[in-house]
Amino acid sequence: MQRITKADFDHMQRIDEELMHRVLGELEGLDFASFTSRDVQAALQAKELSPVDFAALLSPAAGAYLEPMAQKAKRLTQAQFGNAVCLYTPLYIANYCVNECVYCGFNCKNHIHRGKLSMDEIRREYEAIAKTGLREILILTGESRSQSSLSYIGEAVSLAKEYFSTIGIEIYPLNVDEYAFLQQQGADFVSVYQETYDTHLYDQVHLSGPKCDFSYRFHAQERALLGGMRGVGVGALLGLGDFRRDAFAAGLHAKFLQQKYPHAEISFSVPRMRPYINRTDHGPNDVHEPQLLQVMLAYRCLLPFAGLNISTRERAGFRDNVVGLVATKISAGVKTGVGGHEEQEKGDAQFEISDPRSVREIREMLQSRGLQEVFTDYIRL
Amino acid sequence: MKDPLVLGGREFSSRFLLGTGKFSLDQMADTIKRSEVEIVTLALRRANLGGDSNILDYIPKQITLLPNTSGARNAEEAVRIARLARELGCGDFIKIEVIHESKYLMPDNFETIRATEQLAKEGFVVLPYVSPDLIVARELVQVGAAAVMPLAAPIGSNKGLVSKDFIKMLIAEIDVPIIVDAGIGAPSQACEAMELGADAVLANTAVATARDVPAMARAFQQAVRAGRQAYLAGLGRVLEYSGEASSPLTGFLEG
Repeated sequence: MQRITKADFDHMQRIDEELMHRVLGELEGLDFASFTSRDVQAALQAKELSPVDFAALLSPAAGAYLEPMAQKAKRLTQAQFGNAVCLYTPLYIANYCVNECVYCGFNCKNHIHRGKLSMDEIRREYEAIAKTGLREILILTGESRSQSSLSYIGEAVSLAKEYFSTIGIEIYPLNVDEYAFLQQQGADFVSVYQETYDTHLYDQVHLSGPKCDFSYRFHAQERALLGGMRGVGVGALLGLGDFRRDAFAAGLHAKFLQQKYPHAEISFSVPRMRPYINRTDHGPNDVHEPQLLQVMLAYRCLLPFAGLNISTRERAGFRDNVVGLVATKISAGVKTGVGGHEEQEKGDAQFEISDPRSVREIREMLQSRGLQEVFTDYIRL
Repeated sequence: MKDPLVLGGREFSSRFLLGTGKFSLDQMADTIKRSEVEIVTLALRRANLGGDSNILDYIPKQITLLPNTSGARNAEEAVRIARLARELGCGDFIKIEVIHESKYLMPDNFETIRATEQLAKEGFVVLPYVSPDLIVARELVQVGAAAVMPLAAPIGSNKGLVSKDFIKMLIAEIDVPIIVDAGIGAPSQACEAMELGADAVLANTAVATARDVPAMARAFQQAVRAGRQAYLAGLGRVLEYSGEASSPLTGFLEG
């Protein structure tokens, strides 16, 4: 079976792979079982975390240190962000996809309702979202250059400028000139998640489609920054592989990106695969809430200045307690189907959400916790 | 005794400036009132004009706004944000912040000089935020800065006067007001900056992250006042090195 078409492959722009080799090199020989509580304590004392310190905070040994990690993370978060928490919402404008990713609801082999919004429908969605007070939007599509072309996405971005001060995109990876085009249309932030940094597993779970190319995806953030984007989001789908190794790689990916592009605003997302509730044998890859929080706290200790988003994949009680502590951005009024804010949904959702609260409810929650909701933190020039 | 802080031809009796952006808007009015500040900075990028939680709606009208250009990565962007601030009715005061380094958030002194020159020409009262550097400060005065705002320590660090020796050079050599900005973590540190002869102090994180925000803002004001009074009173002599020798070194001189 041909996994990537020649047209896809030929289109992919190649840039210097030094950063990827550094990240993958750091993974070699890494043994989380080797860390002791002493290593964790040393990492908690460190002002600037080395890769070894970071690994210690992600290790099983650090599981017993969640409270001191949280204390440290809260101090770092407050120093950098005060009590400000940004609000945003994602909008799926299309769910066509040519990738065959075994873990994803949009998998091209899945028989789900596919659809995309027309510009009129997108405008109505924007209007409905803007009415809730939000000024930041994240535009999402599946990967289909025929159904969700660059010009289609560009038009949607350009239209978003009329309603929003901050526009992010979470779409398929692009070349530098394509990112530059979308930046000119009004997008300034790009999120691409590597899913797993285990190259062997990556091959196993991406059966066909352009996403099979690990390297092209890995370098998306760099190409986005080279195309003039202001900020980039990094993350792994925790639980797909060994979440400790994937979080470690994602953290270093972000750290090295900022070192190479000092102006880049860096943020993390922490999507996870939920463990099966009824399973009695706990797998080593299971990411329950304590493990998820451990990853978030370790990210904060590694990069005190990085943004950290908490999505509606997590339940309200978890989200409410991580904003201000470690998360700096929270989504509100979320629909994960195609459209659905104003129109009837035109396509099925990628995943089910665990926190359906409206913008008003999220605002009230933040205020009751002494946090300040921030609708806009950006001037597009 | 009248001892005003003069910026752009205007007199202010408070030498403590309050930064915003890191604490709850509903605490703003009380914090300003209790701390008796007269100048409040605000990040224009946070101003949600016509929308919810717009910071401009929470600052009392008699307060002088000092909008900053945070988010600007170069001089051109800072100039555009400054013009936008003026168009939006924030007045002529502008704090230049040019940062294109997301880890330590260190200001770019070179781009800041360029922005200062342009905005001073356009009639703004320009207060540039810089790393303390005597040569840069002289250049800023040369191109029309109304004050110089050197950082005491990395922003948000609450470390206090880490750059004390370099700030002292500015205090000694620069004729426009020196407003110590960023890194001040406690009233005692603000007081120390004033004792050294700084003209004013700006704090944000240290106030915003306090348990009682308005009370901490007031404590800062009091510390700044005490430091100013100590400076004006002339600090008692402090021996910098060892005690003086009891047999004078100059006793051999005749006539």
